Amino acid sequence: MNNFFKKFMIVTMIILVTGCSIKPWVKPYERQNLADPIMSLTEAPVSAQYIDHVYEAREGARGAGGGGGGGCGCN
Amino acid sequence: MKQLKTIKIILWPLLLFGWTMAFATVLPEDRADVLYHRFDGGGVTVSGPSILVRKKVLDSVSVSANYYVDMVSSASIDVQTTASAYTEERTQYSVGVDYLHSKTVTSLNYTNSSESDYEANTLSFGVSQDFFGDLTTLSIGYSQGDDTVMKNGQPDFKKPAKRQNYRLGLTQIITRSFLMSLNSETITDNGFLNNPYRSVRFLDPSVPLGYSFQQEIYPETKTSTAVSLLGKYFLPYRAAVSAEYRYYSDTWGVKASHYKLGYTQPIGDYFTVDLSYRDYNQNHGDFYSDLFPFENAQNFLARDKELSTYRSQSVGAGVTWDFKMNFIGIEKGSLNLFINYFQFQFDDFRDIRVIDTPGTEPFYKFNAMVTRAYVSFFY
Amino acid sequence: MNTKLKNLLLIISLSVLSISSLYAAEKISGPAQDFTLKSRSGKNVRLAEQKGNVVLINFWASWCGPCRQEMPKLEQMYQKYKDLGFTLLGINLDATPELSQKLLKDITVTFPVLFDPENKVSEAYDVESMPTTVIIDKNGNKRFLHKGYQPGYENDYEEQVKQLLRE
Repeated sequence: MNNFFKKFMIVTMIILVTGCSIKPWVKPYERQNLADPIMSLTEAPVSAQYIDHVYEAREGARGAGGGGGGGCGCN
Repeated sequence: MKQLKTIKIILWPLLLFGWTMAFATVLPEDRADVLYHRFDGGGVTVSGPSILVRKKVLDSVSVSANYYVDMVSSASIDVQTTASAYTEERTQYSVGVDYLHSKTVTSLNYTNSSESDYEANTLSFGVSQDFFGDLTTLSIGYSQGDDTVMKNGQPDFKKPAKRQNYRLGLTQIITRSFLMSLNSETITDNGFLNNPYRSVRFLDPSVPLGYSFQQEIYPETKTSTAVSLLGKYFLPYRAAVSAEYRYYSDTWGVKASHYKLGYTQPIGDYFTVDLSYRDYNQNHGDFYSDLFPFENAQNFLARDKELSTYRSQSVGAGVTWDFKMNFIGIEKGSLNLFINYFQFQFDDFRDIRVIDTPGTEPFYKFNAMVTRAYVSFFY
Repeated sequence: MNTKLKNLLLIISLSVLSISSLYAAEKISGPAQDFTLKSRSGKNVRLAEQKGNVVLINFWASWCGPCRQEMPKLEQMYQKYKDLGFTLLGINLDATPELSQKLLKDITVTFPVLFDPENKVSEAYDVESMPTTVIIDKNGNKRFLHKGYQPGYENDYEEQVKQLLRE
C-alpha cells in the first residue's frame, strides 16, 4: 500500500500545481444543484457515525469513510 | 513510516500554496440531533441513544459534543458456543472544536468510550482546505488511539492497544451536477489486538465432540489501508444518484471490497426518500481457520468470523420529513427513519451450534436489521 | 513520539500559514461595467443612472447560506444611508428568478433586487465567490471588492461607504 500512497500523493500534487492556472469551470453562482441538500456527501453526523460503526464492528474492513467538500462553495 | 515521509513531502508545498489561495469555506451549521439506534441480528441486540449538539461560538469557532450509548444483550454465535448470554453497556463521550480561518477548517476531536472490559481514548486532528474556486477540497487527518483491554472476572488483566490513523481526502467538483470524492485511510495498531474471550477450535479425536478449543493468538501489530471512491450526480428532475467503491487490505492478509449504490428522491416540499444497496466481500486473514488440524497448529490462530471469507449484502430505505418552526431560536428541523436489512453469508466459518462431523457443519449465515430513528433541530 | 509531534507541528503550521495570507477585501479600480436589469417591481434599473451616488452591489443566490446571513445587515445599511446619496442593488443570480423567493420571503429587504438569471452581469464583474460585494464611488468607478461574507464584513462596508460619501 506504500506504493499506492505515493501515487495518490503525486496525483494530488499534480492536480494542485496545475490547478493554479486553471480557471474554475463551474462558476460560484452556478452551484445551485451542488448546494442542494440532497447532493450533500455527508448525512446527519449521528446517523453517519452510527452506520459506519456498524460496518466497522461487523466487517473486517475499516477506514476511508468519506470526506467533505462539494456544496455551495460559499465564501 | 514511509507513508509519513510521503505525506510530509506533499505538505511542504501545500504551505506555499496556502499563500496564494484566496478562498474560504463555511463551518458546519448549528444543530442538535437525538438518535435512537438499534441492531438486531445474529442473536445480538444493541440499542441506545446518540445525542449531538453543535453550536458556533465566536465567529469562527464551532463546538460540538456527543453522548452515545450501546446497550448490548448478546447471545451471538460465539457466545452461544463458548460462553453464556450477557448484557453490557458501553458509553461514549465526544467533544470537538472546528476553527475556520478564511480558507481552512481545522478540527480537533476527543472521544472516550468505556465499558466494563474496554476503555478507549481517541484524539483526532483534521485540516480541510478549498482550492480552485472552491471546486476542490483537500483534507488530511490524523488520529491517535490509546485503549486498554480488560477481562470481566479477571481484574488484573489489563493490556494496552494503541492505534494511529492517517486520512487523506480529495473532493472534486466535475460539473455543476456531478462531484467525486477520493479518500484513503491507513491505520496502524499495536498491542493486544484480539478478543480475550474468543477461542479457536482444533480437531481433537480424544473428545466426543471431535474438537476442542484454545485461546486465539493474534499478532501484536496490524497495518491496514483502505481507498474509496465516491461519485454523486444530480438528476435534472431533482434527485440524486450515488455510487461508492472501497478497496481494503491489511497485513493480516484480509482483502475486502464493497460497492454501494444510492438514490435520493425528494417528494413534494417536505419529504425525501433514500434507497441504497451495498455489497461487501471479504477474503479470510492469513492465520484464520474454522478448524485447525491440532492444538497450536500455527504461531497465530484466529477463528473470528470477522476475519473469515464472507459476503454481506444490505438494502436500505429511509424517509425524512423536513419541517419549519419558530421556537426558542430553532428555525427548522427534520424527522428521519432509516432501516437497513443485512444478510451475512460465511464461506469458511461454520455454524457449530449444529453437531456434526467437525468440518462438515453448515456454513454460518445470519440476517440483521439496523434502525436509525432521529430528530434534528437547526438553530 | 518525535515524528508524531513533527507531523502535528507541520499540520498546524500549514493551517496557520494558509490562514494568515489573504484577507478577502481588495481595493480595485476601473469604471464599473454598466448594465440594465429587471427589478422586483418590474421596472428596469440601469447602473449608469446611479452616477452621483455611492453604489453597493451585492451578488447573491437563494441557496447560499452566507448570503442569507448578510442580507439583513445590508438592509440595515440601506436604511441608514439611503437618504445621504447611497444606493444598494441586490443582484440575484438564481437560474430561475422564482427561487429568489426562498430567501426573500423570510428576509424583508427594501433595497432594489435585480435579476440576472443569465449571469451576464456576474460574468462581467468576474464574480469569484458567493456572495460578492462591489462598492462603486460617485463617479461610477469600482473601488472595493469583498469576496464571500463573514460576520463583521458589514462594518467594513460601512467604513468604505462613509469614506466614499465624503469624497
